[in-house]
Amino acid sequence: MPIAKVNGVEVEFEPGMTVLQVAERAGEEIPRFCYHERLSIAGNCRMCLVEVKPGPPKPQASCALPAAEGQEIFTNTPMVKKAREGVMEFLLINHPLDCPICDQGGECDLQDQAMGYGRDGSRYQENKRAVEEKYMGPTIKTIMTRCIQCTRCVRFVSEVAGTPEIGMIARGEDAEITTYLEHALTSELSGNVNDLCPVGALTHRPWAFNYRPWELSKTETIDVMDAMGANIRADSRGPEVMRVLPRTNDAINEEWLSDKSRYAVDGLMRQRLDRPYVRVGGKLKEATWAEALGAVADVLHGVAPERIGVIAGDLQDAESMKAAMDLFRSMGVKNIDCRQDGAAIGGGARGGYLFNTTIAGIEQADAILMIGANPRLEAPLLNARIRKSWLWGNLKVGVIGERVELTYPYEYLGFGPATLKAASRNAFAEVMKNAKAPAVIVGMGALARPDGGAILKQAADLAAKFGVIREGWNGFNVLHTAAARVGGLDMGFLPGEGGLSAPEIVAAAGRGELDAVVLLGADEIDTSALGKAFVTYIGTHGDAGAHRADVVLPGAAYTEKPGIYVNTEGRVQIAERVVFPKGEAKEDWAILRALSERLGKTLPYDTLADLRHALINDHPTFGQVDYVVGPATGLDLGKLGGKGDIADEPFASPVRDFYLTNPIARASVTMAECSAIRSKAPALAAE
Amino acid sequence: MVGILQDKDRIFLNLYGLQDWKLDAAKQRGAWNASIDMLRMDRDWIITQIKNSGLRGRGGAGFGTGLKWSFMPKEVRDRPHYLVVNADESEPGTCKDREIMRHDPHLLIEGCLIASYAMQAHACYIYLRGEYVKEREVLEAAIKEAYEAKLIGKNNVHGWDFDCYVHHGAGAYICGEETALLESLEGKKGQPRLKPPFPAGAGLYGCPTTVNNVESIAVVGTILRRGADWFAGFGRPNNTGTKLMCVSGHVNKPCNVEEAMSIPLKQLLEEHCGGVTGGWGNLKAVIPGGSSVPLITAEQCETALMDFDWLRDLKSGLGTAAVIVMDQSTDLVKAIARISYFYKHESCGQCTPCREGTGWMWRVMERMAIGDADPKEIDMLLEVSTQVEGHTICALGDAAAWPIQGLIRHFRHEIEERIHTYRSRKPHFAGATLAAE
Repeated sequence: MPIAKVNGVEVEFEPGMTVLQVAERAGEEIPRFCYHERLSIAGNCRMCLVEVKPGPPKPQASCALPAAEGQEIFTNTPMVKKAREGVMEFLLINHPLDCPICDQGGECDLQDQAMGYGRDGSRYQENKRAVEEKYMGPTIKTIMTRCIQCTRCVRFVSEVAGTPEIGMIARGEDAEITTYLEHALTSELSGNVNDLCPVGALTHRPWAFNYRPWELSKTETIDVMDAMGANIRADSRGPEVMRVLPRTNDAINEEWLSDKSRYAVDGLMRQRLDRPYVRVGGKLKEATWAEALGAVADVLHGVAPERIGVIAGDLQDAESMKAAMDLFRSMGVKNIDCRQDGAAIGGGARGGYLFNTTIAGIEQADAILMIGANPRLEAPLLNARIRKSWLWGNLKVGVIGERVELTYPYEYLGFGPATLKAASRNAFAEVMKNAKAPAVIVGMGALARPDGGAILKQAADLAAKFGVIREGWNGFNVLHTAAARVGGLDMGFLPGEGGLSAPEIVAAAGRGELDAVVLLGADEIDTSALGKAFVTYIGTHGDAGAHRADVVLPGAAYTEKPGIYVNTEGRVQIAERVVFPKGEAKEDWAILRALSERLGKTLPYDTLADLRHALINDHPTFGQVDYVVGPATGLDLGKLGGKGDIADEPFASPVRDFYLTNPIARASVTMAECSAIRSKAPALAAE
Repeated sequence: MVGILQDKDRIFLNLYGLQDWKLDAAKQRGAWNASIDMLRMDRDWIITQIKNSGLRGRGGAGFGTGLKWSFMPKEVRDRPHYLVVNADESEPGTCKDREIMRHDPHLLIEGCLIASYAMQAHACYIYLRGEYVKEREVLEAAIKEAYEAKLIGKNNVHGWDFDCYVHHGAGAYICGEETALLESLEGKKGQPRLKPPFPAGAGLYGCPTTVNNVESIAVVGTILRRGADWFAGFGRPNNTGTKLMCVSGHVNKPCNVEEAMSIPLKQLLEEHCGGVTGGWGNLKAVIPGGSSVPLITAEQCETALMDFDWLRDLKSGLGTAAVIVMDQSTDLVKAIARISYFYKHESCGQCTPCREGTGWMWRVMERMAIGDADPKEIDMLLEVSTQVEGHTICALGDAAAWPIQGLIRHFRHEIEERIHTYRSRKPHFAGATLAAE
């Protein structure tokens, strides 16, 4: 490896690194505003100036200068100090002195670097520039006078998000960052520009003026808004989660986060179930835990196990599902299902329902066929990965399903099963066959339907024809939409021998064939179709399930309990408790443990640790925290799927409205606003 | 005889448009003469000839043209090569390229063909300044003539397929910076790119590209026809050749003239321009190379030679050889303030020192022009200008700083006087005396 000297210390570096990276490798901090590891290099803030020999006798922008063998880099010379002071002075002359009312205060790059590299006073006596605010949508608050034109936001939306809707207009000191059309950004990743903004020009609109960063307790945990399992840091003050920020994890979310994961947290304070309720005379009445649990036990005692159905929802942690499964299995209940959308997956080899290529691995694919998947809505972060791969490589994408804007071009093959049947013979088939690393992504749009099993078989057969599984590569992927799904499938939260699946449970209840239905956070089923069955709802929000319930047992949301989640690629991750459950609400597993005692089937664990022991004992994959099998999955594509007739219905993504896919998001004011604006957007475009 | 250069040695024989610019007339003046033979020569021969001629880029920076050409990859690989001609002549005071395009366009087109052949480019883009409408009309007509005469185009008489396109800019000074020009040519906002990579490695559409000034390209044909030694025979070593010089300001007959390099400035002004208004003694200062270079004093003008090295030693520069003459009647502070306004107006806003610094410097200059400033601010202004200079992506920051530095270097006393006069009328300044006293 080549060697350069940083302040006289020799450092080895990899070819292609910039001077800035080499200096960082030597432990030198280089101040910067425009430079960001995951964006293209702009080199316009000039804060990272260093002295380089050999080179011209003036400071050089280290972010844009390739390091060279034998180069001498200086970061502490008078020239560098003066250059930094000069640039900092220029940045500050037109920057307002409104730090006390700025939401970026306390975590502002400009503030920090002005302290570290600036001068003490100002020599600027002219008037400061003022810039009009811009409208960028419900997630972004703009105070553009603070903008230092680093263009990180511009580069993010055009490179990562793929919705080039922010730009710089005018020139010189009149240059402004704007959307120009004053429209909301149409990206599901818009909130990231607020993180990227090094000053207070773009801040989080939903959280404006709500907190100071130093007041918050910071907890590192896992997101559940989609099946990606993005790593987040939830910041709380007292009982309230004030904000959610992404944590860097290159295997999953890099350092981005979708708007739903970020801004739906205000839903955690609204529509909450904070005490048990029992339906009396057709109306839900407040009750004590003893009354509510007693009411449930009384009913379940008198019902035959084959007349009970249990459905787990999309946000459930693995522990509560394990407790529910153990409890109801011990009662002899076979009608158990974690697939409330009726997806025809699960059972059989684990690789049959995982995203085997892995989220990071999808960047290696050079041809992707999407079957009934809309990653832009179902997993925006995955979509950003695919876009990155398209942007920097030779990725080709084919789509069978809805014709939607994915932020990268694709070959549209057709809308449904008929196309899938003929997919081995169309033009894109050649691309897949000739690809070095072909991948198939099967989405819930194709699987969550009555003929999903047969479609899965066709998709698997097609994948086999394309040879997507080869040495060191597994290109067969199922893209989940629910954070709880893979965990549920891993532990077998599935109908027993002769048991009913989720849609069948709903239908059977509607026909009066089931007497009791237990909804474990399940709100995405047609709760009005449950007939006269006695419905017990364990969950967090007054959503569809609670409205139909006869007994409501208030549970804990994902920020209020420690929990294990398995993401779509099969990665086990542990979420932490950020705040305590609301009111009298309890952690879900504890509710089930209490219920089990009343039912005379006491679960054999008294603490969460015991429960986790049991979980890992029974299902060892849960013990492999932050591990992903990836291409090593031995998978026989021929064994996937089932038989049956296939209807020629078009594939349609289950995510109809990105912002309103779960009870937390539906309770969120921000998400409602986003949803309203997005649904209006096409009308504006047509004008 | 007037000046140094004799009529027989002029390259631009129709500089004043006294003859027809069309192909036939241009051929009579020598354009396209022996161009077929030149394109039969080896590429390296052409580049060597240009190197030997000592031709330095005529756009302002004065980088060796032959050397620049030699930076292009020796072989065409997966990406085509391009020649881009910078006709975005926007430097205040400079008006040489427009005369070439108006009156001698065939010399330029011929040069484009030869240079393209030397660099193995099959396409050349001429990026024309937005305000040059008449020039575009002539240039496009001349290119059409050349196509019709099979001098350029596919299967032309030279045996080197070559297309020449004129791109009309939108009138931004910054688009004269070579990488901003490329951005603009690609249809993007004209903002300079980071270097490296240099255009010779990744230029227009990421392909190897050479960007040359109009004058640098237009002289190529004649240099090859008359030989490198002939061209190198003018001027001092390292500053050879003939050069179009544009003299404006306080001279009796402002003019464009082709002269030998290293002509004494005094001789240029006296013999070609009819002298400074009111006589040589009335001279106050000269900006010798377009608005971006620091001015020089009348005293320095006595001995100054119009070439790169001499003026560099005076801490100024030859730039585009656009001489702006200012006599004693000139309010220098106000003049430089106006130049500062120009650079503030034309800064692209991309990088911090230039975006913020040009505005700051202009505002302080405006105050100094009326004297509403503190004497301490002169040093502050000088320091601010050094904080801009050399800290930016492109040279516009330097160009904005230099005129102010030149002013303070030579005419600091004028600013101080101005401030003093202003303050003497304002009783609230300490030490000021009331005028009524």
